[in-house]
Amino acid sequence: MSGFAKPLKIALGLAVIAGLIIVPMNFNRYGLFILSQWAVMSIAAMGLNLTLGYAGQVSLAQGAFVGIGAYAAAIMTTHGWPLPAAIVVAIALSFAVGWVLGYPALRVQHHYLAFVTLAFSTLAFLVFRNESWLTGGIYGISNIPRPHFFGIATSKPLPFYYVCLGSLAIVSVAVWWLIRSPWGRAFMALRENPLRAQSLGIDTRRYTLMAFAIGSALGGVAGALYAPLTQYIDPVPFNLSLSLDLLMMVIVGGAGFFLGPFLGAMIAVLLPEWLRFTEGYYLMIYAVAVMGLLIWSPTGILGILDRYMAERRTKAASALRAVAKSRLETAQ
Amino acid sequence: MSAVLEVTDIKKNFGGISAVDGVSFDVREGEILGLIGPNGCGKSTLFNCILGQLTPSGGEVKLDGKVVTGLRPAELNKLGVSRTFQLLQVFPKLSVRENLILAGQEHQGSMASRLVGRSDAGLTEAANQMIGFFKLDHLAAEPAGGLSYGQQKLLDAAMAFMGGPRLVLLDEPAGGVNPSMLADLKERLVAINREKNATFVVIEHNMEFVMSLCSRVMVMAEGKVLAMGRPDEVRKNPAVIEAYLGH
Repeated sequence: MSGFAKPLKIALGLAVIAGLIIVPMNFNRYGLFILSQWAVMSIAAMGLNLTLGYAGQVSLAQGAFVGIGAYAAAIMTTHGWPLPAAIVVAIALSFAVGWVLGYPALRVQHHYLAFVTLAFSTLAFLVFRNESWLTGGIYGISNIPRPHFFGIATSKPLPFYYVCLGSLAIVSVAVWWLIRSPWGRAFMALRENPLRAQSLGIDTRRYTLMAFAIGSALGGVAGALYAPLTQYIDPVPFNLSLSLDLLMMVIVGGAGFFLGPFLGAMIAVLLPEWLRFTEGYYLMIYAVAVMGLLIWSPTGILGILDRYMAERRTKAASALRAVAKSRLETAQ
Repeated sequence: MSAVLEVTDIKKNFGGISAVDGVSFDVREGEILGLIGPNGCGKSTLFNCILGQLTPSGGEVKLDGKVVTGLRPAELNKLGVSRTFQLLQVFPKLSVRENLILAGQEHQGSMASRLVGRSDAGLTEAANQMIGFFKLDHLAAEPAGGLSYGQQKLLDAAMAFMGGPRLVLLDEPAGGVNPSMLADLKERLVAINREKNATFVVIEHNMEFVMSLCSRVMVMAEGKVLAMGRPDEVRKNPAVIEAYLGH
């Protein structure tokens, strides 16, 4: 976060990346699965963070886009298409559907928009379940192959984890670029004050649609990786609860913070594993922890850090002012 | 002098109430037109109708002779019409410089070039100049929300000029600004008006500010134009004294 010295930040970032590459090398199959799932969910949450955290458009449909991406990848790869082609189709499809879903946001906002997207989420689930000629219905699609890259098979857990991690890295760089670009600034203006944004020439309609489309496209990317990760998909994982989970990841991590989704996904994917020893109580502990966090810091985990940094800055600034004042007084 | 803005018979009804009731006027190239009148007389509603924030119930707005009635605010802004709002509308979390870059970025390049191009849209230099012009140098990197009210008011006005507008509508720029900063603000507005040949329409309740800043003043009451003329003429107009200025 801002406030750290830049070299320290870079060093910390490199250490985390190195850790993510090296440490899992001696993880077992299950550990690698969980970590891969974290990478995939981070991508989906990053998409929602763009739509909700940066552009301020509430969506309860991100899980449906993960589903769209997953089915696109499952159908294509089981028919012999390579995964990269499936990812491109998943991106295009969820971008287009996300764009269309953005239209209601031009008319309704906040909880009304939440309901519109919730309805879409249900609709998508029904399509996954009922259109069995395409999706396999409740039986789903099995034997989803994992890809070969440059002749290297990624069917084992570790290579496929690196596929997920590499995708996460590419998406992270793209999102980082986007939020630092004038588009990111426009998204934020859309969230903070759409009226003023319009008066500054910001085409709020187009940016709203873009926020939905890009955020949804990242949901599609996550889905296209989820399918070969689990190698079997059915409609159940893509129902409303996935959308709610993703929403929670964004909120708990810190909506509108770049690193929020990584943290949020970590908590949502890993915490249940760590709390496994509590057996039946894990969901209760988890729920209480989330409630406690949001009461303490409604802006999520990174919100706490941000507040702390802001306080330090204010203190430093007032100290500087005090010094300047005393200098002024002694000069007189 | 040619008219930058021609407003003809603009009407706006809210239910049975007509907030603006057939207002016509024009704004000449390079002038500073004051718009005064009691609270609730329809000044801000008129602004919102001209700027596309509200759809007028009737009438026509022309910019440089072209009809622009019903265009959206963002489209009007691209055509060179800019505004400030009655209440402060800066982006508190962004720094002063970022606020100014945001205010100008949509006037640079295309959607695509703003995505792949530089993160400041090439506006850092222009933003710094604007910061210098409004004497906010020491605050350039501060979040706008940390500035004093008067400083935010200056920033708010500065943002309206980042796109290089031809016509700027300022809604109560002096409201809540202390006297020394007010003098600063007036001086800056006059300087921009002369140097950049920008035309202004200013809603204001501070009579001294309006009378000394504006070349013409329009007085509204109950949704209609009551008087229009040079400040000294308007000040002596009995109807204006009756409706607004008081004895």
